[in-house]
Amino acid sequence: MKSDIKLIDKEGKRLDGRKRDELRPIKIEVGPLYRADGSCYIEWGGNKILAAVYGPREALPRHIQHPLRAVVNARYNMASFSVEDRKRPGPDRRSTEISKVISEALEYVILTEQFPRAMIDINIEVLDAEAGTRCAGLTAAAVALADAGIPMRDIPVACAAGKIDGQVVLDLGKEEDNFGEADLPVAIAPRTDEIILLQMDGHLTVKEFDEAIELAIKGAHVVSELQKKALLAKYAVAKEVKQ
Amino acid sequence: MKKEVRDVVLPSQLLGDTKKLKAGPGTFVENNKIYAETLGIRHIRDNTVSVSPLKGFYQPHAGDIVIGVVEEVGTSMWLVDINAIYPALLHVNEVPWHVEFGDTARYLNYGDVVLAKMLPSGESDRLQITLKDRTLHKINGGMIIEVEPTKIPRVIGKKGSMIAMLKKYTNCRIFVGKNGRIWVEGDPNAILKIEKAIRLIEREAHTYGLTDRINALLREQ
Repeated sequence: MKSDIKLIDKEGKRLDGRKRDELRPIKIEVGPLYRADGSCYIEWGGNKILAAVYGPREALPRHIQHPLRAVVNARYNMASFSVEDRKRPGPDRRSTEISKVISEALEYVILTEQFPRAMIDINIEVLDAEAGTRCAGLTAAAVALADAGIPMRDIPVACAAGKIDGQVVLDLGKEEDNFGEADLPVAIAPRTDEIILLQMDGHLTVKEFDEAIELAIKGAHVVSELQKKALLAKYAVAKEVKQ
Repeated sequence: MKKEVRDVVLPSQLLGDTKKLKAGPGTFVENNKIYAETLGIRHIRDNTVSVSPLKGFYQPHAGDIVIGVVEEVGTSMWLVDINAIYPALLHVNEVPWHVEFGDTARYLNYGDVVLAKMLPSGESDRLQITLKDRTLHKINGGMIIEVEPTKIPRVIGKKGSMIAMLKKYTNCRIFVGKNGRIWVEGDPNAILKIEKAIRLIEREAHTYGLTDRINALLREQ
């Protein structure tokens, strides 16, 4: 989409004043939901997302059960009030696709073989959307899984990179996503740097692609540290009392 | 008062090398390195490193005494919710009564609570429980307090010290099921007191000096 919006000014600053390799502000809260087995609330720039984990529990209906491992069922949903024009509620093509890719990314890190015939449900509810909801949603879901005490090989984390005004930048904002040239969400398992989700919208040259992936992985590691800090903070209550 | 936090580890956190340590429960090995698989507390004992989860679900073992709620009544068996991943099977052969075929609901119905024992699971690894022991029975009256199953060892305390203390201060009958359900019977005010104490145990299970703090809480009330 062509437009006359200038996404990067002469000093290399972006619309919201960030540098090209800077993330939006992120806040992660562990366990806001009392009824869920594990939960997480994340604010990533203008995104506000709740993730809840239920299970492992008996997989129902019975025909979805796998005799050797658990089924991971992530459901990404956008609230009707999460975008400027009201979104028609219910699953659509986009959210069905995102649910699928997130399920598969998370299934890779969960030790599913420990729970034959079981099911792990992950609900990702987007309350407020501002570009990069699948990355923020997956990041929140990972924290909720760890909070639920589900055995995992790694705590997955996601971050996007993209191209605006001919430059590769980290973590696109709303205008950058709408009027930029490319968006590249990447999810990784940070311990091994394996890529567990990779999608692309727009056009990048091979050189730009490599640069973008490297930038996204670097950003994901920063977010990963925030995830771990949030998880540990929940169990550091007694330490604070002592001081 | 000592109020340190035990060593909390995160999933995928590096715990050691297989050359020096053995990998215990709650850990996994990759490329000769040991990693934690859940959010939990690290223990090192006899050169074995293990992680006991801070949160999670009840993992059944044969011989565990559990408190279950009947959720389905069949003609020759009941399905009992024992807080594990799957419901457990209670067959008519495993109850102390003589039950006629199809007469199961007269003995145990939906919502009834039983104190039962886990049986070893066979090849099918379906969970099965039994009531055939003189200590096991249907539970009438009292109240059930649910806690995280992973925190049950802290509720019991070292050699049952915590439970003994709760009983001493409140004069209640208490029974702790391994699956995170605690049955309490006695004076209503005393039950409230016990619930308060158990919630404190649950919240601060990963800290040291918990018994002393519970002692102080019970004494001041």
